[in-house]
Amino acid sequence: MPDYEAVIGLEVHVQLKTRSKIFCGCPTTFGAEPNTSVCPVCLGLPGSLPVLNETALRYSILTGIMLGSTISSFSKFDRKNYFYPDLPKNYQISQYDLPLCVGGELEIEFEGKRKRIGITRVHLEEDAGKLVHAEVEGEDSGVDFNRTGVPLLEIVSEPEISSPEEAFAYLKGLKLTLQYLGVSDCDMEKGSLRCDANVSVRPRGEKLLGVKVEVKNMNSFRAVQKALAYEIERQNRAIAEGQRIVQETRLWEAESEMTHPMRSKEEAHDYRYFPEPDLVPVMVDHALQEVLRASLPEAPLKRRDRLVAQYALPEYDVEVLTSERELADYFEACVTAGAEPKAASNLIMGEMLRLLKERALTLEGCKITPKHIVEILALVSSGAITGTTGKEVFAEMFETGKRPGEIVHSGGLAQISDQAELDRLADEVIAKNTKSVEDYRSGKAKAIGFLVGQVMKATKGKANPQMVNEILKKKLEKDSSKR
Amino acid sequence: MAITRKDVEYVARLARIQLSEEEKEQFTAQLTRIVEYVAKLKELDTENVEPTAHVLPLRNVMRPDEVRPSIDRDSVLKLAPKAAEGFYKVPQVIE
Amino acid sequence: MDLIDLTVSEAAQLIRKRETSSHDLVRACLDRIRAVDATVGAFVDVYEKDALSEAHAADNRIAEGGAARALEGVPVAVKDNLCVTGRPVTCSSKILKGFIAPYTATVIERLREAGAILIGRTNMDEFAMGSSTETSCYGLTRNPWDTGRVPGGSSGGSVAAVAAREAPASLGSDTGGSIRQPAALCGVAGLKPTYGYVSRYGLVAFASSLDQIGPIARSVRDIAVLLEIIGGHDPRDSTSVKRPAENLVSSLGGKIENLRIGVPKEYFVEGMDPEVKEAIRAALEKMQSAGATIVDVSLPHTEYAVATYYVIATAEASSNLARYDGVQYGYRAPHPTDLLDMYQRTKSEGFGAEVKRRIMLGTYVLSSGYYDAYYLKAQKVRTLLKKDFEDAFKLCDVIATPASPTAAFKVGEKVADPLQMYLSDIFTISVNLAGVPAISVPCGFTSNTLPIGLQLIGRHFGEGTLLKVAHAYESMTDWHKKQPKV
Ligand SMILES: [Mg+2]
Ligand SMILES: [Zn+2]
Repeated sequence: MPDYEAVIGLEVHVQLKTRSKIFCGCPTTFGAEPNTSVCPVCLGLPGSLPVLNETALRYSILTGIMLGSTISSFSKFDRKNYFYPDLPKNYQISQYDLPLCVGGELEIEFEGKRKRIGITRVHLEEDAGKLVHAEVEGEDSGVDFNRTGVPLLEIVSEPEISSPEEAFAYLKGLKLTLQYLGVSDCDMEKGSLRCDANVSVRPRGEKLLGVKVEVKNMNSFRAVQKALAYEIERQNRAIAEGQRIVQETRLWEAESEMTHPMRSKEEAHDYRYFPEPDLVPVMVDHALQEVLRASLPEAPLKRRDRLVAQYALPEYDVEVLTSERELADYFEACVTAGAEPKAASNLIMGEMLRLLKERALTLEGCKITPKHIVEILALVSSGAITGTTGKEVFAEMFETGKRPGEIVHSGGLAQISDQAELDRLADEVIAKNTKSVEDYRSGKAKAIGFLVGQVMKATKGKANPQMVNEILKKKLEKDSSKR
Repeated sequence: MAITRKDVEYVARLARIQLSEEEKEQFTAQLTRIVEYVAKLKELDTENVEPTAHVLPLRNVMRPDEVRPSIDRDSVLKLAPKAAEGFYKVPQVIE
Repeated sequence: MDLIDLTVSEAAQLIRKRETSSHDLVRACLDRIRAVDATVGAFVDVYEKDALSEAHAADNRIAEGGAARALEGVPVAVKDNLCVTGRPVTCSSKILKGFIAPYTATVIERLREAGAILIGRTNMDEFAMGSSTETSCYGLTRNPWDTGRVPGGSSGGSVAAVAAREAPASLGSDTGGSIRQPAALCGVAGLKPTYGYVSRYGLVAFASSLDQIGPIARSVRDIAVLLEIIGGHDPRDSTSVKRPAENLVSSLGGKIENLRIGVPKEYFVEGMDPEVKEAIRAALEKMQSAGATIVDVSLPHTEYAVATYYVIATAEASSNLARYDGVQYGYRAPHPTDLLDMYQRTKSEGFGAEVKRRIMLGTYVLSSGYYDAYYLKAQKVRTLLKKDFEDAFKLCDVIATPASPTAAFKVGEKVADPLQMYLSDIFTISVNLAGVPAISVPCGFTSNTLPIGLQLIGRHFGEGTLLKVAHAYESMTDWHKKQPKV
């Protein structure tokens, strides 16, 4: 039996982050009461006409440029005709033979290796509404048109993905790229990213593609991975059993973790595409492309590579820091303001992310400025405050947005480096902890740690730990020689 | 080129129009005549002719991304043959 | 003078000067409707109460010295495919019965801003598909000149209302001749503006790349007055063109000396009624006598226009009319067994035969395997037809043709033969495909006293010249002053 390989192509629809819908002024807000974000245009009422949202077009071109696509100098909208109750006009305004962006690629990282997945096309279209199915057999379904007309960008990959894990990496990479661009939230739970897959298998080394099966209804990246794994396995098994793969659409069922053929009879797909007469063509000139190109952010993987090289940071740090564009921007702003890169990275990855997560906040609402970061790092490195105090100051800064110096001053949190004061404290600790003193003297070097800790405790962490260490050592050795 | 009854049935299905036997027969004959008439377009050589989808050369007509007030739900839902709890209602859809 | 005989311009002036009142004028029109509309059948709905109270308000405004607007207190009828908030709009189709527009068309907003009063909505061929106003779900509209004959269509109601002096003016829509052909058959003036001149927002679409709203009136001056008001850029219609405002009315009355009037040889051949031909010839002579030069031009692809039109218009219509499916508004077949049954019976029961026929044809020409042979081919021939006009306008300023090959035909005469009905639009269809403006003005009568219409065609956005020529011709004749007996 020959060895089979999988061939996967992904069709991703992302919702563009515009304020208003693609062809009308209704808001794109998620979760509104049914049929409240609607108007004559998105309801497709008789006589209403669409007018293209400028920002939706801009976001689409930005995405195309980011993916290295060729931006069509002449593009148009078409009507895709089919009947479904969530489609108010019974046609969807989409793009057929002249999409906005053609070609391109997305660089992904998978098992530590980089790979480029080709992009076939990127086009702009309107979303359909939502059907709310009845719970009782035979009861009516409900239709909510709030989502109708929300701008969607359809991004079609080449069939160049060869495993479920790679598909996962592609989706992660695409999501990150679009988030870096700020054109979409790519939140699968809110439906702002949807993914369908085309899967086929063929003997390894074979050039021709096998019969492809379309898999739909996956609602998370993990579900895509699982559905693909299931489907590849199913196809392999079928072939091994001498069956033929039929071209069909199958739905992923999360509960049973299986794909099933769609129940409704597949219509002969005769969409009768023709140019949308109510919208005029789009011509993207060179000048606009250049303006948009200039505003393009660095691609996430490129930024990772640069951060490693430029700041000599560990791969792990950089992966965390670049997992969100805002985080990477924040980190670099700190460095630009004068922070030492590794120290800044530690602080951001540690305290900062911990507190943000605890309070379920985003960087956007964070009160700590990069200048604060520089200042607090300097306070710690100069010994003005201890590392422990640093954490305390950071927490207060996070709450209040006050300058670290001010917090240290008003809280009397400066490090205690006064020799006499520390001598006195060390004597007290030695007198009170004879057991540990004995241990140390009998050769247990570790026991000094406990004694240092006691001094720190007595000063609420403000004592200079190095000085305490040295003073204690000297005192314990002097005493022993005296004996 | 004659339009067959099968063509008429296929097209009626695409257009979601139920036709009576009589209508099917009538449309088969009438559409055949019309399509035969339309076939005269084939006489013309249009090899190097660009199609016209829009008669005027308008380009890039757009609106700013601004939110406008939506329509009052009751004013449109009251037009529906069937609606309840803020939804339009249709016979159960099976996927 | 009888108030119902007033033109829009005359009426507006008398109301402004308080020599008559809007109330009296509206009352006169309503009385006229009551007297003749049972016979003519122009209206499907008359807004008696609201029209009278609006008239009262207009009179008060003028009495209080308010600035009189161009159409202050003047009643206008509108075709049943224009949306007016709170009013039914049905396109004379059963499938839209019960639909009340929740928004207002741009042209209606503009009419109202100019002070006009809507007096009612008028009958039409179902979804504007027809040339005789015989496919309406409300029944026939009859030609005021001979009630055994059709008024033409599809704006038959709008045109008959003006011809029968039930309203001084109306709005219609023209996709393949639906304003000009009935205007010719009923002896009034009707204009199809350049595509993009008038906003389509709120016009229920038939064929989006061809539809235009236009005015119908009893004088060319009124046409200019109305076009100035309803025309101009609208940000809600992507195909509406931004241009500087033009003063159409003040450019009327100019001389037509040195203007060249082109006569396309292709329009004077097969099947034309000799009386129509003679009337057009006489009209050309009249214009020549006023100093215009008559030149021969050619529109060589004319014989392909009807075929091209029926592919493009039905394809667009099949998509535009897909939305009437019983989900959101209008008719839904009772007790559907499932979704497919609801769709199929709703359309089967809701649409009339002509609409179904055109949806079928349009679906067919777009369907897999036929797109290139029919739809794409037609779009290419459309390019040739458009170029015909561009070439002809190198030789002339305005083109003159008959508006219809025959005068009004008898009720029922062409119903059985759709292709014959389609061919009655032969002289008007090319204009929509090319997007150029054209007007029909009365230019004579047959021996049966049926009106004949002269069609004048202009360049893209050449409405100024077009109206000037039409006005010059009209002022040399009195065809437009003749009144039907009804
Ligand atoms: Mg899509
Ligand atoms: Zn809307």
